[in-house]
Amino acid sequence: MTQPLTTLSGHAIAMPEENIDTDIIFPARFLLITAKAGLGRYAFHDRRFDASGAPVEGYVLNRAPFRPEDEAAPFIVAGANFGSGSSREQAVWAIAGLGVRCIIATGFGEIFHANCQRNGILPITLPADVVAGLMEAAEGQQRFALDLDAQSLTVGNQTFTFDIAEERKLSLMNGWDETGLLLHQYADAITAFETRQQAMCPWLYAKED
Amino acid sequence: MTAQTLYQKLWAAHVVADLPGGEALLYIDRHIVHEVSSPQAFVSMRESGRKLRRPETHLGVADHAVPTRSPRADGVRHGTIEDAQAAAQIAELEANVRDFAVPYAELDGPEQGIVHVIGPESGFTLPGTTIVCGDSHTTTHGAFGALAFGIGASEQGTVMAAQALRQKPAKTMRIALEGQRHPLVFAKDIALAIIARIGADGAAGHAVEFTGEVVRAMSMAERMTLCNMMIEAGSRVGLVAPDAVTFAYLEGRRLAPKGENWTKAVAYWQTLASDEGAAYDRELVIDVAEIAPQVSWGTTPDQTLPVDAPLPDPAALPDGPAKRQAEKALAYMGLAAGQTMASVPITHAFIGSCTNGRIEDLRAAAGVAYGRKVAAGVKAIVVPGSAATRAAAEAEGLDKIFREAGFEWRLAGCSMCVAMNDDRLAVGERCASTSNRNFEGRQGPGGRTHLMSPAMAAAAAICGHIADVRSLGA
Repeated sequence: MTQPLTTLSGHAIAMPEENIDTDIIFPARFLLITAKAGLGRYAFHDRRFDASGAPVEGYVLNRAPFRPEDEAAPFIVAGANFGSGSSREQAVWAIAGLGVRCIIATGFGEIFHANCQRNGILPITLPADVVAGLMEAAEGQQRFALDLDAQSLTVGNQTFTFDIAEERKLSLMNGWDETGLLLHQYADAITAFETRQQAMCPWLYAKED
Repeated sequence: MTAQTLYQKLWAAHVVADLPGGEALLYIDRHIVHEVSSPQAFVSMRESGRKLRRPETHLGVADHAVPTRSPRADGVRHGTIEDAQAAAQIAELEANVRDFAVPYAELDGPEQGIVHVIGPESGFTLPGTTIVCGDSHTTTHGAFGALAFGIGASEQGTVMAAQALRQKPAKTMRIALEGQRHPLVFAKDIALAIIARIGADGAAGHAVEFTGEVVRAMSMAERMTLCNMMIEAGSRVGLVAPDAVTFAYLEGRRLAPKGENWTKAVAYWQTLASDEGAAYDRELVIDVAEIAPQVSWGTTPDQTLPVDAPLPDPAALPDGPAKRQAEKALAYMGLAAGQTMASVPITHAFIGSCTNGRIEDLRAAAGVAYGRKVAAGVKAIVVPGSAATRAAAEAEGLDKIFREAGFEWRLAGCSMCVAMNDDRLAVGERCASTSNRNFEGRQGPGGRTHLMSPAMAAAAAICGHIADVRSLGA
């Protein structure tokens, strides 16, 4: 169960860069931590903090109102291929730990994209010219407003619509646990599949010789 | 019936149910579990009180966080790990596989190694199966004609409980490899050249199938390198249709089908190749004769050039993302516009990883290292991808060649590919690396990574700077 997401408003963190990969979002050395909560402090760690651990002056997450402690910026706006690289779900948990619930980009790493949806974060893909405008608006500290049911994003006097599969939308809006849902709806279908597959590919069910 | 691609056949054979919105519930045959991405999935199983639906379809191993050295003469690592977090993570995996009855390749056992090396070696990876792992380089297993892709920890929890995942079908892309390559141009060079051409997100949304005479002539190790690297072009799925090379590799492996099942399996696997005339959403033909040894110069895998080509000049690029990226990468890498890579001094050479840690890779590197010495001031390490690979290399005497040349000969693990164990770069250090990602900080904060083939990394270690292995010879 994740926190349901229906509407959202506030500032957007501008990250005007392509290929922000999962090592930038969550450096691998922190993967030794086995907790899911409290990872926000590691998000974008090596951009946010210098080698001594001091905040890097001028970096967007160190400036009001975009700092996590301001609790005012639940959006990120980024360029192409955001979240490329590793499958580490910590990248998503860390971003969630910043208080972000919606990421707007011209494209996403696919595994990252899937991980977002499973953690109550909405990834929105929009064309480059639209994202460029949103980037400016974010940098200018304009407020963003999301209405997930209407599939719309409003910034200033402009409203943009975006695509999302109905099932994914319902899952996000209701905070559904996908595993529970699948087991509830498809347990019989899974068993039937296994019966068919075992007849056709018995080696996949053979006990080790 | 319309002609189908390999991907479409694999997909169709695993659909449990069609879902609204074009998605499907896909049956998952195999799941590989490592210490770093699985703890939270097991926590979700415990919290929900769920059991693994088919424990025998999972395979556990520790690879990412493990040190590749042991203070003990016998190489035993268990109980010797100094990093308390790493030791705790491995202990947690051991408790999880025990409590949930998951088959486990023991840390000091003969089958330990990198997930994408031991899956194939043990015969766990089979054609025609769906394989997932909490690791993006799961693309590797597609070299066997398996539908294999990386997933997050939440999805791992779903696979554990339901043996199925909701998935959206990918588009299909064929990359045909034709022509005659230089003997010192390897699958790694071909993969890097493709990524440089199509971009770090150039295959996003597509399942990439490799075809053509060059692929047919490749070993399974080279096919795995190709598929492994496709995630660096944004694709979750790389594929090669299974053939006689695949079957010869698999026959007799511990978990491969035996007896009558083997005959049945091979008959089925032979039907998996894409049908004549099957349509792909995208097609690309690569003439491998045009590919020189490749070296990445920047901080995304598509920032790669032939070793003898000049680096781009951002000033000559139009304003936009490409210019910004080039400027940022050159600054991070400490390189200048217009210079060539073949003279850039290195501090480290790393031979290993799920991309290039197999016996064929070690042979290629040893061929270059033989009778030569690692340059003064270079720390060069060879990390076999698995304990079995390590043993095979030692049986051939490769370890002696490396040691005599001044390389360190390590125990199996992910090592310096991922900077979450003892093997990592310090700020400003520069590594000739056979791994797969040159992201900022990938090999350690402030470290600089140059991706290349094992032969090229060995050449760099010998020369003390990046060098064209064709002029050094093997």
